[in-house]
Amino acid sequence: MELSEHIKTANVEDVTLRRPFHPALRGTLCVTSHHLLFSDRKDEASWQLLILLKNIDAIEKSVENLFGYPRAVGSSGTITIKCKDLLVLQLEIPGMEECLNIASSIEALSSLESVTEMYPFFYRPSHLTLNGPWGLSSTEQYYKQTERLWDRWRVSTLNSDYSVCPSYPSAVIMPREVDDDKLIRSARFRQGGRFPVLSYCHHRNGMVIMRSSQPLTGANKKRCKEDELLLQAVIDGSELGYIIDLRSAQQAQQARMTGGGFESKSFYSHWKRIHRHHERGKVVQESLIKLVEACSDPSHSVDRWLSKLENSKWLSHVHSALSTAGLVVECVERDGHSVLVHGSEGTDNTLLVSSLAQLILDPASRTVTGFLCLLEREWIQAGHPFQQRCAHSAYSHARLKQECPIFLLLLDCVWQVWRQFPLALEFSEALLLRLAQEVYASNYGTFLCNSEQERCAAGVKENTHCLFQSLLRPDIEEQYLNPLYEPTDLAIWPSVHPQSLQLWTGLFLRWTEYAQNMEEAREEVWSIVKEHHEQAGPDRTNNTLSTHCDTLTPFENLMDELTIL
Amino acid sequence: MEHIRMPKVEHVRLVDRSSSRRTQVGTLYLTATHTIFVGKGSEDRNDLWVLHSLVCNVVKHKASQSGYPLLIICKNFQVIRFIIPQESDCHDVYISLSRLSRPEKYEELYCFSFNPNVDKAEREHSWDFLDLKAEYSRMGLPNKLWHVNPINREYRVCDTYPADLFVPKSVTLPVIVGSSKFRSRGRFPTLSYYCKENHATICRSSQPLSGFSARCLEDEQMLQAIMKSNPGSRFMYVVDTRPKLNAMANRAAGKGYENEDNYCNIKFQFIGIENIHVMRNSQQKLIEVSALHSPSMGEFLTGLENSDWLRHIKSIMEAGLFISKAVAEEGVSVLVHCSDGWDRTAQVCSVASVLLDPYYRTLKGLMVLIEKDWVSFGHMFSHRCGHLIGEAKEVSPVIDQFLECVWQLMEQFPCAFEYNEKFLISIHIHIYSCHYGNFICNSQKERKDLCIKEKAHSVWLHLWEKKLDFMNPLFKPDQSQNQGLLRPSTAPYCFKYWRRLYNRFDRELHPRQSELDCLMTVKEETQKLEEELALYEGVKLNFSKSGVLDSKQALWSLPLDTSLANTPQDYIGGAPNVFTLQQGERESAELCLFGDQTKSSDADNSDQESGVADFSSHSSGEESLPSEDSVKDPDSDETGPNRA
Repeated sequence: MELSEHIKTANVEDVTLRRPFHPALRGTLCVTSHHLLFSDRKDEASWQLLILLKNIDAIEKSVENLFGYPRAVGSSGTITIKCKDLLVLQLEIPGMEECLNIASSIEALSSLESVTEMYPFFYRPSHLTLNGPWGLSSTEQYYKQTERLWDRWRVSTLNSDYSVCPSYPSAVIMPREVDDDKLIRSARFRQGGRFPVLSYCHHRNGMVIMRSSQPLTGANKKRCKEDELLLQAVIDGSELGYIIDLRSAQQAQQARMTGGGFESKSFYSHWKRIHRHHERGKVVQESLIKLVEACSDPSHSVDRWLSKLENSKWLSHVHSALSTAGLVVECVERDGHSVLVHGSEGTDNTLLVSSLAQLILDPASRTVTGFLCLLEREWIQAGHPFQQRCAHSAYSHARLKQECPIFLLLLDCVWQVWRQFPLALEFSEALLLRLAQEVYASNYGTFLCNSEQERCAAGVKENTHCLFQSLLRPDIEEQYLNPLYEPTDLAIWPSVHPQSLQLWTGLFLRWTEYAQNMEEAREEVWSIVKEHHEQAGPDRTNNTLSTHCDTLTPFENLMDELTIL
Repeated sequence: MEHIRMPKVEHVRLVDRSSSRRTQVGTLYLTATHTIFVGKGSEDRNDLWVLHSLVCNVVKHKASQSGYPLLIICKNFQVIRFIIPQESDCHDVYISLSRLSRPEKYEELYCFSFNPNVDKAEREHSWDFLDLKAEYSRMGLPNKLWHVNPINREYRVCDTYPADLFVPKSVTLPVIVGSSKFRSRGRFPTLSYYCKENHATICRSSQPLSGFSARCLEDEQMLQAIMKSNPGSRFMYVVDTRPKLNAMANRAAGKGYENEDNYCNIKFQFIGIENIHVMRNSQQKLIEVSALHSPSMGEFLTGLENSDWLRHIKSIMEAGLFISKAVAEEGVSVLVHCSDGWDRTAQVCSVASVLLDPYYRTLKGLMVLIEKDWVSFGHMFSHRCGHLIGEAKEVSPVIDQFLECVWQLMEQFPCAFEYNEKFLISIHIHIYSCHYGNFICNSQKERKDLCIKEKAHSVWLHLWEKKLDFMNPLFKPDQSQNQGLLRPSTAPYCFKYWRRLYNRFDRELHPRQSELDCLMTVKEETQKLEEELALYEGVKLNFSKSGVLDSKQALWSLPLDTSLANTPQDYIGGAPNVFTLQQGERESAELCLFGDQTKSSDADNSDQESGVADFSSHSSGEESLPSEDSVKDPDSDETGPNRA
């Protein structure tokens, strides 16, 4: 069925659009295969709103048909559109039939299942061409850049046809002394074939972060010699490594009943296992739904708001993620041990923890390019099933299947780190907000599909544009820069006390008046820095700012004054 | 000095609140004005000085094996924990401090012994820094409708009011006297804020003694005169800031609220702000939440909710917003009162003023506002802040709430305020510290009787001289939305927990880098560069531009504390109550987790020891799983921070 067959009414005149904090507008509404277009009627300087249909999470319609006459004067309908970027719009459409037609078109076209029908396959801006390299990084490149790896590690292409592990990329970094045959056996012993692979090598001490899925020990406590050897080769004679299991000990124990399990101490004698409980799947999705629901009603009392905020548990998830990432960093940076992170499938919380740990540890991942490369390696190539996880957002009434906002949780955690280290990241909140939007609905192919294999099969690289490349174009990148950025080589350990973690107002209160004042503050920061640049001249700017890196906590001076009166 | 039973104790341990393992050994000294702890040995020795007048409470805890714990709880929310080896020493310090921190007479307060080495002229200059007369004339007073009435010059009509009061010109002396007799404590309606643009005013008073049916002609004339002094309006609001139930209960005691039938053209409105006792208990609960050791997210948010603190802040903000909108948007005058007119009334009038007038969002403006609405109008600082030993029931964080309202506004309008939150916190401390004379006593009359201005110093000049520390780099006075009335959102999510105030001394809780300081430095540099450039262009020196800049740059290179950014946090969820020393020692060898092999030299490395402690205490606990593993699984998720 052609997409256009879903469209029964393509154009409606005299539609009224209501948005938060803007006066109502009248204009023309137009539905196309991938977009909802609203344009007001003023000819000159006409204002347009273009929404990707995929961005629409839920629509609610109510029709009034006065006196029972079809197409009577009073017949009209209202469609409420709730977007995945949390914007809520209302459209008043004259004519009940038109209203119902539009609603059903939106419903059908916003939930396309086939990847190649999605908009990135049709997006052809004039300034971009489809030929040329796609993406920013690859396993091979990471290996090339990381000199510390060359001695003991190699790039293995055993998964080049995705047969060993369908959700891994074609190339992975493995210890030199373990050959591909052993890896294949280890893959058979891990859920979904996700055998332990290198995720990060610490530039200071060469310690590594590995990630995998759970071992399939099962009720009979099966073991796999090759898997044990592989992990032994990872720590290479040093005394100890840590396995951070993202489930409680009890859950890990229970997983054995369904064929999963954990690394037993007696077979992995040099690895110390630590269990940290993380919620996953549906629980996290429901948490997002509850949080957005709580944020949507400004008339609540403070008590009710706080209890809803607490009840949503969203901040608890942020707290868990940052604490476990901090624990991984402690192991690697301070105690000089390698770490293996896994939960069950190794496609969600595992990636969350390992990428957060890298952000805390590695100055290179705190630049715009570095951060996007990190996302590309640790999320897209590592096989986070974006299509399943981001099929719906907080408003959808559809029955939950595989949805889970783990990537949003990552962005929130990064935002928390930025709040605590406002000078340490090269990118700004704007980049995080852009990513939060793109991951649910995008013109670009970057977040399509669930794995490299699927993207290959669908021809994503050949037929769509890459988001990350486009974000790095100089004219675009500028709007995502942090004006106060000052690189630091140190690990940036975030505080995980509940007092230190805040609601990400920029995302969750994005469409309220609250966000508008913050926008003013952001502009002011820019203008202060720009004024400085003008005075100091372009060649001086970096130096002058750098004198202020890693400032004291602001209350130090005050404290001295007051305690020594 | 006669209260000091023990001037010096050696081998005292100072214990960090966030980590019981982070201690410092040193000597404790008690002086007439301070408790002083001098750490021993460590190079970065940081002496701790605590003013006695800042001490809220001294508590002895049950003896532990290492000694006798003594807690000093301060009014700025700092909690200092000492462990004293000898019980008798601990007791002596306890008795001495208990007495020293509870002065019986004003003369014992620190401001009377504080001598900053300045002469008489300078001291007087410090008091002249703020001039309320100038403030009223800034508002446009006196004018043809309002004037200063000398009736209270000797504090005879109302001893809690200031000497100079603005009332409508049309009001006669008998009307003032009559009205004051009909109001609690004689606090008759008088002007607090005048809006030049539309002549609307905010007036304040105490509750009327109306009982169930009493009326007072003079009081009615008074309100009529206030209403008429705003020529453009046909009515005025009377705002009772109490919950209706409380106001009604007061009627039984012969007090109460205005009957709309008796007063011409008033619109009467209740705004339910709770009384000082509710607020005191609420803040107490909030402090307990802020002091929780490694709470889970759920515990913290539930505690915050149960304290009701933010609900109260919201109600004060809404009251201020109501009044400021009435004045600015409707052009209608408002009379505000509560019971006595010195707590809730002061809060609401001053919040409304901050919303209405950009001047109060500048450094000097906020000082003036506090001086006017709080100090001169008789907010009972001595009672509310517990300066002297007395009724515990009179203590209440009324002014804390005002400062917090301003802070909440700063969070919503980052570019609208000239000052930053350090300024608010400094004011908070000085209100409680009794370091300066401004906030001593309960009224202007008491301060005059005590000759405060001759014996003590004023804080405002001191703060003004340090104003560079208090500037908000984002302040944009010319921005249109920052000029007139601020219209804050009172949606619940706009009210946040004020971490900097309540957890100020828990350094690990705060951002490691300060955006504010960075911006301030950048701004200062820009300014310096501009000046340099102007200077050099004028003198036509033959320096190249870069040469000038290089010399400047050396000046900016501040000593940096890089270790702060590199301070690991407690990611394990430390819970010292499950920690015992022997376990830690026994297990750490076996676990060798984050043991002593550390090479990190930062100040916080004892955190990792607490890490060992927690792991070991968990793993040595009950084994919940029948596992073939030889070493028990550290099942840290059960007691870890992520249990929520």
